[in-house]
Amino acid sequence: MSKMVPVPTHSYLPERDVDKVPILEARHLGIDFGGLTAVDSLDLTIGRTEIAGLIGPNGAGKTTVFNLLTKVYQPTRGTILLDAKDTAGMNTVQVNHAGIARTFQNIRLFKDLTVLENVLIGLHNSMNVNLMESVFRLPRYWKQEKEAKEKALELLSIFQMQDLAKYEAGALPYGAQRRLEIVRALGTNPKLLLLDEPAAGMNPSETASLMENIQKIRDSFHIAIMLIEHDMNLVMGICEGIAVLNYGKIIAKGTPEEIQANPAVIEAYLGKKKEG
Amino acid sequence: MRQRVQIPMPVRYLINGVLIVLLFLLGQVLISTGVLSSYYQKILLQVGVYIIAAVSLNVATGYLGQLPLGHAGFMAVGGYTAGIFMKNFPIKGMPAFVLAILLAGIVAGIFGIIIGIPALRLKGDYLAIITLGFGEIIRVILLNIDTVLGFKFTGGAAGLMGIPKYTSFPIVFICVAVTCLAIHTMMKSRHGRAILSIRENEIAAESCGINTFYYKTMAFVASAFFAGVAGALFASYLGLLVPSDFGFMKSIEILVMVVLGGMGSMLGSVLAAAVLTIVPFALQSISQTVADYRMVIYSVLLIIVMIFKPSGLLGTYDFSFTRILEKLINRVGIHDGVAKKGEKSR
Repeated sequence: MSKMVPVPTHSYLPERDVDKVPILEARHLGIDFGGLTAVDSLDLTIGRTEIAGLIGPNGAGKTTVFNLLTKVYQPTRGTILLDAKDTAGMNTVQVNHAGIARTFQNIRLFKDLTVLENVLIGLHNSMNVNLMESVFRLPRYWKQEKEAKEKALELLSIFQMQDLAKYEAGALPYGAQRRLEIVRALGTNPKLLLLDEPAAGMNPSETASLMENIQKIRDSFHIAIMLIEHDMNLVMGICEGIAVLNYGKIIAKGTPEEIQANPAVIEAYLGKKKEG
Repeated sequence: MRQRVQIPMPVRYLINGVLIVLLFLLGQVLISTGVLSSYYQKILLQVGVYIIAAVSLNVATGYLGQLPLGHAGFMAVGGYTAGIFMKNFPIKGMPAFVLAILLAGIVAGIFGIIIGIPALRLKGDYLAIITLGFGEIIRVILLNIDTVLGFKFTGGAAGLMGIPKYTSFPIVFICVAVTCLAIHTMMKSRHGRAILSIRENEIAAESCGINTFYYKTMAFVASAFFAGVAGALFASYLGLLVPSDFGFMKSIEILVMVVLGGMGSMLGSVLAAAVLTIVPFALQSISQTVADYRMVIYSVLLIIVMIFKPSGLLGTYDFSFTRILEKLINRVGIHDGVAKKGEKSR
């Protein structure tokens, strides 16, 4: 990389989120693996109801950013503010309780369990029956199980998957597995949903309906969504703000139009034009 | 799709309750009419003890997906707790035994916490090694505590003698039924699902907000609790406890039952425990030399199962009488032509 185009200090926020506390603010975030700096001085702001995109060439560190935000890796440097609260010292579970849910690039479903059970595990923390109430099948157990089941079917109906409830998750087609991961993540009642390549392995019509559904989820749950995706139609189609990552650093931020016209982005993806 | 008949929950419980009572009565009748001689009754009691041991190990192995190798250690803790308690408790008789069983479970559960907290931070082989070490430590302590510290406690290598013998068919049957039921209801709840999610994918479970360490410990303690119960029944069945009863091979024996039956299948554990407890007696009735090769037969059996059905004989299949009943009803429904069309099943 020769010349770096200056990164805008303020990232793009959709108008409706401008005066509100951003759901996520990462400042100077970085992680080293041994001597290798995988992500460095990452600044990121996501609005309360923004659909944000994180793009970049293979190996740029996009999934590492997700792993940092969800504390799968502890960041070496920098701070992450979730809803203005510092997440330093939290682990993956606590970050989930604080409001970040995610899906995985390489699908991580509970394969031998049914679709319904997968979603119910997502709803785990919305129930609070204790062990004795469960073992002795006290009334509260029945009440909460029933409510959770209804809630799970309702969530599954976002993707018209309620009829698949009794099937084993591992037996679902690839696209359905990706959708189920989103449903399971929604079950944890997040404020920010991180989707790692949600459209990977989907055909164009599936991708189109996924785009609709992502917007529908944002609108009905009033949450922020950040997604990593290589399908530029999807990213440019639904993301309001996009950050471009290359070699662990953000090289551009802005609206889809700005990103498409940004010479640094074009260089990162296509290489530099030969001079002369 | 046709309307599927579903048996409502209260009726399910009623059916299962009636089945359990019938099974119990069958056992009682067989014993009181003398069809089962006292020799077979003894085998039956042992079967019961090993069913509890195997089903409880299945919680940690099959459902949680860890590999503890110290299950006999928890049985020993339970057995010695019950034995010492019954010998020193002023009241004798059945109430004391019931108390002893509960106490055995609780003390074994406490040991489960003590061992689980460090052990469950490790994964795979390391957990196996640390639990294996625990089992051996328990055995060695029981063997030496009297001589080294001057207690009159465990009887050392000579064994703890004179434990009142209360283990009988009814109490073993009730313990087996309660164990299976409690583990079943635990697994079919948010706690059970959390435990299963750890087996399936720990990282995903964490990102779903499941406190994996807490639920690992919970499963491990539940496993230890019922192992303690099995130990208490075993103690009062023999009337005599010797530390060498609870060696490494005992843990392996129980593990073989679980693996053979299918990790994650309660019915598998029950059947495998029954078969593998009866087999040695059957072999003995053929000839003593064959019985001496018991462990060889076990290992060959295990290798064969691992080659042809690595998930164990029953995989993760679990038996449900009411489900079979539902299937039958639904099938009969088709033949009678009462199946409604155009309705979706939920």
